[in-house]
Amino acid sequence: MKNISAFGKYIIFITRVFSKPEKTKIYLQQTIREIESLGINSIGIVIIISIFIGAVITLQTRYNLESSWIPLYLIGLTARDTILLEFSSTMVGLILAGKVGSNIASEIGHMRITEQIDALEMMGINSASYLILPKILATMVFNPILTIISMVVGIFGGWMACIVTGALASSDYIYGIQYWFIPFYITYALVKTVVYAFIITSVTSFHGYYVQGGALEVGRCSTRGVVYSSILILLADVVLTQLMLA
Amino acid sequence: MIEVEHLYKSFAGVNVLEDISVTFERGKTNLIIGRSGSGKTVLMKCIVGLHEADRGAVIFDDRNFVEMSFTGRKELRKEMGMMFQGGALFDSLSVEENVIFPLNLFTKMPYDEKRERANICLKRVNLDNVNKLYPGELSGGMKKRVAIARAIVQNPKYLFCDEPNSGLDPKTALVIDDLISEITHDYSITTVVNTHDMNSVMEIGEKVVFIHQGFKCWEGTREEILDSDNEYLNDFVFASNFAKKIKSLTSKNS
Ligand SMILES: Nc1ncnc2c1ncn2[C@@H]1O[C@H](COP(=O)(O)OP(=O)(O)OP(=O)(O)O)[C@@H](O)[C@H]1O
Ligand SMILES: [Mg+2]
Repeated sequence: MKNISAFGKYIIFITRVFSKPEKTKIYLQQTIREIESLGINSIGIVIIISIFIGAVITLQTRYNLESSWIPLYLIGLTARDTILLEFSSTMVGLILAGKVGSNIASEIGHMRITEQIDALEMMGINSASYLILPKILATMVFNPILTIISMVVGIFGGWMACIVTGALASSDYIYGIQYWFIPFYITYALVKTVVYAFIITSVTSFHGYYVQGGALEVGRCSTRGVVYSSILILLADVVLTQLMLA
Repeated sequence: MIEVEHLYKSFAGVNVLEDISVTFERGKTNLIIGRSGSGKTVLMKCIVGLHEADRGAVIFDDRNFVEMSFTGRKELRKEMGMMFQGGALFDSLSVEENVIFPLNLFTKMPYDEKRERANICLKRVNLDNVNKLYPGELSGGMKKRVAIARAIVQNPKYLFCDEPNSGLDPKTALVIDDLISEITHDYSITTVVNTHDMNSVMEIGEKVVFIHQGFKCWEGTREEILDSDNEYLNDFVFASNFAKKIKSLTSKNS
């Protein structure tokens, strides 16, 4: 029962977020600012994680395929497809839910408990739309770029692992990552990323927007926002995979 | 003029406001007084719709705010200015940007004109040379004054101030009180001020409403306050032994 009413509240919140902006120019400026604070500032962590996971995926595949009759270039192919299909969209999505999501929830929650949101409302501004629409747009536009960066860097990380450990010849790996390439996998990953971006931003800002109490509650709402958005990301992963790949 | 009619508000079954009916008049400074926790802030927030009242009506010059749609309320709110108890300044904006903020969204003024308007408002609250500072770098009293400047920058028709001078030194508090009363008379706006400071009551209280534990206990003018025989009001007004002594002395003399 509580969940149903929370869902209803979420839907009302979302319609409010997407109602007509007061002044388009200011919203665009805000969106650009959010791209910087939520998107550009996440490039570093995405690169670091993608390099290492790319390397690990490649090495694990290599050591699990010891039998001699499997051609070695299939290792490059498997690493590539794992990165394209799942890692760069879903894993990166979960990491961003932690980083960007907690940032959003605590920022909005802080504004709520210090009455800054009330102050916006009192000026006749639709605070939900003013604060959150730019964040949603910024992440939906920029997270796909992060995903592409992650794909490139992840595959590069796998190649580095081959060179450094000598587990696989560089030529096999390079042949493998080009072999039987399916461009639709990229579309699939980007569609997932856009949906995840919407989930992360809207769910965590929803939790921040309706927080009550003090600093302690802001901390709690940010944790709850991250947990809920992570679960929803995994749920969306299953649904989208069935819809797009079946 | 703002008319509040039979307003009720409760939080999770606990009644905070009960059957409040009161009229706030145009061109006057209307004060809501009461002890800490008596429901002043809740009443003010119910009037402006930041809390949804359980029952009752709030009428702004013949417009029933409670029955209005989300968009209707938004429009009416452009005629209101509000100063919050804690200031509620935007952390990420400098003092000047905070004051300019409402102008940015709702006017087409050129930037210089907006700045000039903001500076006039900041001067009125006795703030100079803080334009580029951020709220984190201000003292509590300065934050309040910036908040008042922001509340009046759009020439509101209705002005709400939640404890504008708590935490200020007596001199600055007086300046703020005078400022509020000046603006009210100059532009003939309807001003509602929450306070528990008796100095402000005597200084600017043209109409005073006393709230006690969520009930409207007394209303009148500042002159009537001293002669009232309302027990709760006397308890509030003459809270200190010193004040009680003065009252007993003056009543003996007369
Ligand atoms: N959001 C809320 N949820 C539950 N109870 C609340 C809420 N806001 C206020 N209250 C309760 O309502 C009562 C009145 O609070 P209010 O903030 O109006 O007091 P106040 O008169 O403004 O006091 P002060 O002078 O200290 O600001 C208090 O008992 C408070 O606990
Ligand atoms: Mg209060």
